[in-house]
Amino acid sequence: MALAVDSIQGLTRTACTIRMDIVEMLNKAGSGHTGGSLSAADIVTALYFHKMRHNPSDPKWPERDRFILCKGHAAPVLYAALARSGYFPLDELKTLRQFGSRLQGHPDSKKLPGVEISTGSLGQGLSVSCGLALSGKMDEKSWRVYALLGDGELQEGQVWEAAMAAAHYGLDNLTAIIDNNGLQIDGACSEVMCVDSISDKFASFGWDTISIDGHNMEEIVDALDRAEAHKGRPTAIVARTIKGKGCSLFEGKVEYHGTPPSDSELAVALKEIGGRQ
Amino acid sequence: MNKVATREAYGKALLELGRKNPSVVALDADLSGSTKTKVFGKEFPDRFFNVGIAEQNLMGIAAGLSLGGKIPFASTFAVFATGRAWEQIRQSICYPGLNVKIVASHAGITVGEDGGSHQSVEDISLMRTIPGMTVIVPADGVETAKAIMAMGEYTGPTYIRVGRAKTELIYDDSYDFRVGKADVLKEGDDATIIACGVMVPEAVKAAAELLAEGVRAGVINMSTIKPIDYEAVIKAAKASGAIVTAEEHSIIGGLGSAVAEVISESCPAPLVRVGIKDIFGTSGRPDDLMERYGLTAQAIKNAVKEAVAKKPRKV
Repeated sequence: MALAVDSIQGLTRTACTIRMDIVEMLNKAGSGHTGGSLSAADIVTALYFHKMRHNPSDPKWPERDRFILCKGHAAPVLYAALARSGYFPLDELKTLRQFGSRLQGHPDSKKLPGVEISTGSLGQGLSVSCGLALSGKMDEKSWRVYALLGDGELQEGQVWEAAMAAAHYGLDNLTAIIDNNGLQIDGACSEVMCVDSISDKFASFGWDTISIDGHNMEEIVDALDRAEAHKGRPTAIVARTIKGKGCSLFEGKVEYHGTPPSDSELAVALKEIGGRQ
Repeated sequence: MNKVATREAYGKALLELGRKNPSVVALDADLSGSTKTKVFGKEFPDRFFNVGIAEQNLMGIAAGLSLGGKIPFASTFAVFATGRAWEQIRQSICYPGLNVKIVASHAGITVGEDGGSHQSVEDISLMRTIPGMTVIVPADGVETAKAIMAMGEYTGPTYIRVGRAKTELIYDDSYDFRVGKADVLKEGDDATIIACGVMVPEAVKAAAELLAEGVRAGVINMSTIKPIDYEAVIKAAKASGAIVTAEEHSIIGGLGSAVAEVISESCPAPLVRVGIKDIFGTSGRPDDLMERYGLTAQAIKNAVKEAVAKKPRKV
């Protein structure tokens, strides 16, 4: 079963470990997405080390909860969570993005155990999550599907096709979490293409919605529990986050969407993140 | 001659497969009456998902159902399935290698009156280029039914192209369909016609008429376009020394291209491609359109004569 770290403080410390893994692997890789991996670290930690039932020694365990990283460019946060859960050796994190590595630039389910489906092309993951949740409903399974989306990703029209379908089919075994860090590659989401009123949008599509601080572990855990308790409708958790959260060099800076930490930045990041543990 | 639309055969076969295999589910994007998935939906409402007019979501949901252990058959018109949802097919179905069957109807110009916007002349090309995708174009209703039933045992992403119009049956129930295996309908040492879909009966007619004129043309039904039956193509090129391809599809990227790739690399021989010549379709009755776009037995005969004339003369 999943590694149990039951206290909020414990989860917060685990999130720091995940963040350190993220900056270290990105620095080693020399490319990759820093900001959006760090902004999602608390959410992904809450899922893998508290909420989700999963079995790292049996990645295909039929009764597991399923996590789909719709914002596939945040692969480092998933890889760190999988490695720290025990899906593969921690050492392998150093191979991120290298030729021959199972840790592809974006998650590849054919290569890496624990990755439910390959993602990377934005806007597609919620549809897949719907299909997976539907199959669970058909077979009267108790496992749940968790989909993590970016806020910029909501600009993709397919997300709303999926949102419509999830409500239509009453997929209360599906929880979508929106990592609402407010930034995308080309700048602020509000300037590139406004995606404001995310909760209202999902609500109008027939979802239950919960708005939280995506860096407050207590709020995250509580929201995930509440989402599970909602019956008849899917739930969208809109998690307000800070892109690059954890290190002052990256926080709220759009430049670090797709830039890895340099050696000197890594030193600062490890010190700042470690100081919170 | 008995005529059946391949989409009708699909609807019936899907129902039969669904009765045999409870994992089979069907999806449609508001065209279930036309694609004939409605037949399945009527008997198995709990295993049928009409996702509305949302083809991208159609493919994504199919991918998710496959992850959950189902065998999804996703259907809509070929132009929307392979055009609008191409990237969903690539990223969410083929890249992770999921067992999703895409059965697209209303392919080619035999859509007829709906016109060029709805006539897919590029779908084989679009699907063939995606790594890991199997592409099947059944020649008639019997082969369609056999191909659909074969899908119960065939794992991996697969595209099956069916049509709107009623077309001639060339097979009876004794026909043994196998994925990746060409069916040699007729041997001939002057040239070989390699055809798919509705052009197979035209090729059979052309070969019969050519024989009366003293030209011995073989006919191969290449219903699996990918993976193509290399051996059958090479054998035909060697035995007859001239190849004609015939397809209700653009000559760019479809069967003609697939055959050209094989023979140019492995057994160069004169090739003439019968197909749609890099143009869009138009409204009209299917038969008139086939005439207008040169997709007839007569066009195949002319192509065979052209290919034979290109053969190097024996010294």
